[in-house]
Amino acid sequence: MLEIRGLAAAINEKPILKGIDLTVPDGEVHAIMGPNGSGKSTLGYVLSGREDYAVTAGSATFNGIDLLDMEPEARAAAGLFLAFQAPIELPGVNNANFLRTALNAIRRSRGESELDAVQFLKLARAEAKRLAMPDDMLKRNVNVGFSGGEKKRNEVLQMALLRPKLAILDETDSGLDIDALKIVADGVNALRGPEFSALVITHHQRLLDHLVPNRVHVLLNGQIVRSGGPELAKELEKRGYGDLIAEAA
Amino acid sequence: MAADTETLDTVQSVTQSGYKWGFETDIEMDIAPKGLNEDIIRLISSRKQEPEWMLAWRLKAFAAWQAMQEPQWARVEHPPIDYQELHYYAAPKKKSDGPKSLDEVDPALLAMYEKLGIPLKERAILAGVDPDSVENRQVAVDAVFDSVSVATTFQETLRKAGVIFCPISEAIREYPDLVQQYLGTVVPVGDNFFAALNSAVFTDGSFVFIPRGVRCPMELSTYFRINTRNTGQFERTLIIAEERSYVSYLEGCTAPQRDENQLHAAVVELVAMDDAQIKYSTVQNWYPGDAEGKGGIYNFVTKRGACRGARSKISWTQVETGSAITWKYPSCVLQGEDSVGEFYSVAVTNSHQQADTGTKMIHVGRGSRSTIVSKGISAGKSNNTYRGLVRMLPGAANARNYTQCDSLLIGDQCGAHTVPYIESRNPTAKVEHEATTSKIAEDQLFYCRQRGLSEEDAVGLIVNGFCKDVLKELPMEFAVEAQKLLAVSLEGSVG
Repeated sequence: MLEIRGLAAAINEKPILKGIDLTVPDGEVHAIMGPNGSGKSTLGYVLSGREDYAVTAGSATFNGIDLLDMEPEARAAAGLFLAFQAPIELPGVNNANFLRTALNAIRRSRGESELDAVQFLKLARAEAKRLAMPDDMLKRNVNVGFSGGEKKRNEVLQMALLRPKLAILDETDSGLDIDALKIVADGVNALRGPEFSALVITHHQRLLDHLVPNRVHVLLNGQIVRSGGPELAKELEKRGYGDLIAEAA
Repeated sequence: MAADTETLDTVQSVTQSGYKWGFETDIEMDIAPKGLNEDIIRLISSRKQEPEWMLAWRLKAFAAWQAMQEPQWARVEHPPIDYQELHYYAAPKKKSDGPKSLDEVDPALLAMYEKLGIPLKERAILAGVDPDSVENRQVAVDAVFDSVSVATTFQETLRKAGVIFCPISEAIREYPDLVQQYLGTVVPVGDNFFAALNSAVFTDGSFVFIPRGVRCPMELSTYFRINTRNTGQFERTLIIAEERSYVSYLEGCTAPQRDENQLHAAVVELVAMDDAQIKYSTVQNWYPGDAEGKGGIYNFVTKRGACRGARSKISWTQVETGSAITWKYPSCVLQGEDSVGEFYSVAVTNSHQQADTGTKMIHVGRGSRSTIVSKGISAGKSNNTYRGLVRMLPGAANARNYTQCDSLLIGDQCGAHTVPYIESRNPTAKVEHEATTSKIAEDQLFYCRQRGLSEEDAVGLIVNGFCKDVLKELPMEFAVEAQKLLAVSLEGSVG
């Protein structure tokens, strides 16, 4: 269970998050919506431990462990995964090699045995196939020369392989066509279960048609201003954020 | 808890001193008195039972050296070197006339090479390689300990193929005509200060001769080890590839960890005739000094290959991670028509290391081509300079060069410098130069760490990616070793 209490964070001393309270029980998928610049991506970065953000107040625990006190790799080992809005390119680093290094680091931390190249490739190829990714994506350099859609699918492939307990998807649906969108949603749905929870940051209702959330939260100017069921997303799709912005003002 | 164990592991990996080859071996040595003069040169020559012409050659070099000044143009700094404070000869004491076979080599020496992971037993080495996939892959090794070669393996097998692979001191005695014909023809005795010094006092090194039409049946390699205190190591390597022959040669080097600096001034000469190919790979891992810049090897080396024949090819691949100071420019003189020169380099500097390294491609022949790929990585307070010369002479019609120099900075206290010299005296020759400088981006590190990689592993992965174009040129066994070495050299460089 993810529990966020009064979380405030700033970048270059500019406050972005201004007191977030949010609880995501195990097994649930929560959507975070809100206009540009409201702090959605910041929330993902702060939870996963990006150094440029300073936490100025509040707490965030996952299954009782204080996330904010841990190095990013320790948070990953604890089961947290961030699908990046703009996945990073690693020139010269083979995608399969990167994925295997990451998977083995996570497996080591769980006390599981490491996979050799043959075992890994078998697993990775099967997952890639399920995500309708061509095999050669494993051979290419990490995100280098990938189209926008390929980068997003590569994030979902990593998530499928690492099997996190808490996934944060930062606009993984943006820039995807309908088919790709469905593949991404299926990728997350396949992981759903009593020990998996997710925060899905999105601008669009259409992802939530395929990936139905338990709760929807609206983030506005660094605070959660409205929470509700899946119908809230549909309402926002129709009416926009205008009313909420007016209410908050 | 996971976080604690991880931290402990990281601390351990950083504090367990990065240099794993720093031990000293206790061997009874025959050491010449300190200092350099004609008597010392005569002593070296007599210890080596050299013919008169060799002594005369050395003395000529010594005279040239005395008239020369240490070069000052490199971007390196060090206190003056007192050449009279060094030993110029140090050899393990021989029990009789020297070992006739491996069984007679001092067991302490064999144990040392075992510890370094260098196989002096005649068996295939297969580090990191699936034994089934590479059948009978063997590497012949010449092991040079301080001033002398202590063992050369697989000599018999090679002799059957017509290949000569032996210590150069043995070649001077056994194959004087060959040595006289080629020695000093690529790097003349008075070429530069350190080459002249080497020519006067070199004690051992490898000699390779590949006859016409022969493809050398195995990789040849030399492992250099400096052990004795206050000893300079001056090895000399000469490789001759006759028409249509091929050889791949590797060298590796290590030294004990010491507080004072030690001098290593080697000369390597390569000669390739028509359609011959020489592939020369180096993994240089001399002791770099400690984190404060104390101690370490001064690696002042002259390496040059002559592509004398048409369509001949010489490739230099180097991974330079060690040494306090590196001053080294493996070069090609492309005399033959359509001859090819290549230089692939990774130079890593950390702490207070200084590297001024690069290449010279001298295009003489028509249609000669050269490729330079240099990857410099600086971390800590180190300085890393690429210095390269591409010269197109009037006869080099349609010659081409392509140069790519990339620098990677880790942290904000290191320096990277690129100094390309381009001279073209033929209007049809084409020279291309590309250079980039980048920092390991915070977002790349964060991306890797978010996926569970430690900071050190993330740096290793990014750096290996950066060097990939060079590492793929190395023979397989060396590529594995080089990747590990890169990671070790950069331990503790971030955070």
